[in-house]
Amino acid sequence: MFPYVPATDSDKRYMLDKLGLDDIEDLFKDIPDNIRLKTGLKLDQPKAELEVMSSLKELADQNLDASKAAVFLGAGAYDHYIPSVVKHLVSRSEFYTAYTPYQPEISQGTLQAIFEYQSMICALTGMDVSNASLYDGASALAEAALMAADATGRNKVLVSATVNPESLRVLKTYLNTKGIELMIIPMHDGVTDTEVLKDKAGSDTAAILIQSPNFLGYIEDLSEAEKAAHEHKALFVISVDPISLGILRTPAEWNADIAVGEGQSLGSPMSFGGPGLGFMACKSALVRRMPGRIIGQTRDINGKRGFVSTLQTREQHIRRDKATSNICSNQALNALAACIYLSTVGREGIKEIALQCWHKAHYAASAMTRTGRFSLAFDQPFFMEFPITSDLDPDVIQSSLLKNGIIGGLSLEKYYPELKNTILYCVTEKRTRLEIDTLCSVLEGLK
Amino acid sequence: MTILEGLYYSKDHEWVKLEGDKAYIGITDQAQLELGDVVFLELPEPGDEFSAGDSIGVVESVKAASDIYTPVSGRVVEVNAELTSNPERVNEDPYGSWMVVMEIADHAELDDLMSPEDYKAYCGQEE
Repeated sequence: MFPYVPATDSDKRYMLDKLGLDDIEDLFKDIPDNIRLKTGLKLDQPKAELEVMSSLKELADQNLDASKAAVFLGAGAYDHYIPSVVKHLVSRSEFYTAYTPYQPEISQGTLQAIFEYQSMICALTGMDVSNASLYDGASALAEAALMAADATGRNKVLVSATVNPESLRVLKTYLNTKGIELMIIPMHDGVTDTEVLKDKAGSDTAAILIQSPNFLGYIEDLSEAEKAAHEHKALFVISVDPISLGILRTPAEWNADIAVGEGQSLGSPMSFGGPGLGFMACKSALVRRMPGRIIGQTRDINGKRGFVSTLQTREQHIRRDKATSNICSNQALNALAACIYLSTVGREGIKEIALQCWHKAHYAASAMTRTGRFSLAFDQPFFMEFPITSDLDPDVIQSSLLKNGIIGGLSLEKYYPELKNTILYCVTEKRTRLEIDTLCSVLEGLK
Repeated sequence: MTILEGLYYSKDHEWVKLEGDKAYIGITDQAQLELGDVVFLELPEPGDEFSAGDSIGVVESVKAASDIYTPVSGRVVEVNAELTSNPERVNEDPYGSWMVVMEIADHAELDDLMSPEDYKAYCGQEE
């Protein structure tokens, strides 16, 4: 293969003449000599395209992904089935851009897709309004905290230790730069310690942030947290797994002010960690505090239905430093995937998927704990993830599972030092009885 | 563009009408003309205290969302709730549409504001 040539020698000469320079090296003379690379880049000899493709394939084949293994790993990215129509429609050239429309009104199809996405997020969460999406579940949680601080004029946010630890890190980063205090409410028996929460909530609290099902998979009883938030006129923010809403109570039913979550489960592959999809929906009273874009429905001068980017005056390109947020984009392609996914599976489908996850996870948990060598870390209701404790080293467990074509769960000690030898397993609707039984027999066979 | 006699004017296009220690604050005719149709107002709560130059709220039109700055320091004693439900009143009658009443702390601050003549000249310059 001929090496890629961005500019010919005469192109280079022409540009250097224009710049009044003799040599390309002159462009780099501001870089201290001792950190300059003196020998050229160590690149292989050029290869034929066929050779390049086969060597890339060889590398790619070394990856172990969800198409080759039974995945019992969740913890924020989930192996749900994606109907093939999602990929086919998402990759149509009319839609295939990762970007939010920047000259929105000429992209009526894209705007309509976002409008439908927003409507479905509202239907799923029960909330009044949804935005056009955010980067991922973690930044959506952080944006919700900023929104609450702005709406209440307060500077303190309470967050449960049971939210996804990576979301917690993102939250810390966002709040730190804004000078907002973050207080972490400890975990008790695998769920938020509501006694501590009630004690810490006060007239200076901007928001209470809780995730349910929480990071350990347990379903939180949110009634005390809701009371604590609203008694002090703080906002109540719930982070949810959208699939779980097929069978669990919605954020609106918990009287949440803002609902956020990671929407990767809705039609986006895990892709070794991203891109994700942050969704956010809130009560209508808060709509002007919402970060990012919102697509609205209107009528044109001929009375025909049309779509616009609405309430843009809150956004950065108009309101500059006073904008509700510095996000002026959305996660367009993943939101589109979620829109197609949700319209494909429908109301009954999402319920069926949630039920299958619940049943299979509960079958797996009871099969794994049958002999007593493995046990559930806590006795709490769970959805499709659950932590299992034993006296075995998680590394030993994981490597034995891998040898049997199984990607095991997440070892929790790194995130919760008190949870030694505890692995968080996830069972989605994709797992078969055979896969679950194989998992159990590998575990039982360990010495 | 209308400029009323008897009011004080700020460079951010707010007007102040003084009644004893009470200052009625709104935005000028020039401000509403530049903003276009006002669709939303966000106003402070009674009891909130501000210094001159602080942002006390937001006026949102179809074109922009702008801060409302108080030209005087003091405590908010009243907020025009009728205006938040009918923001178009700001366009129809800017000088009748007071947004907040402040109990002012320092009358000397009014000296920093413009007279109707000065404000007229100021608007002329800005154009």
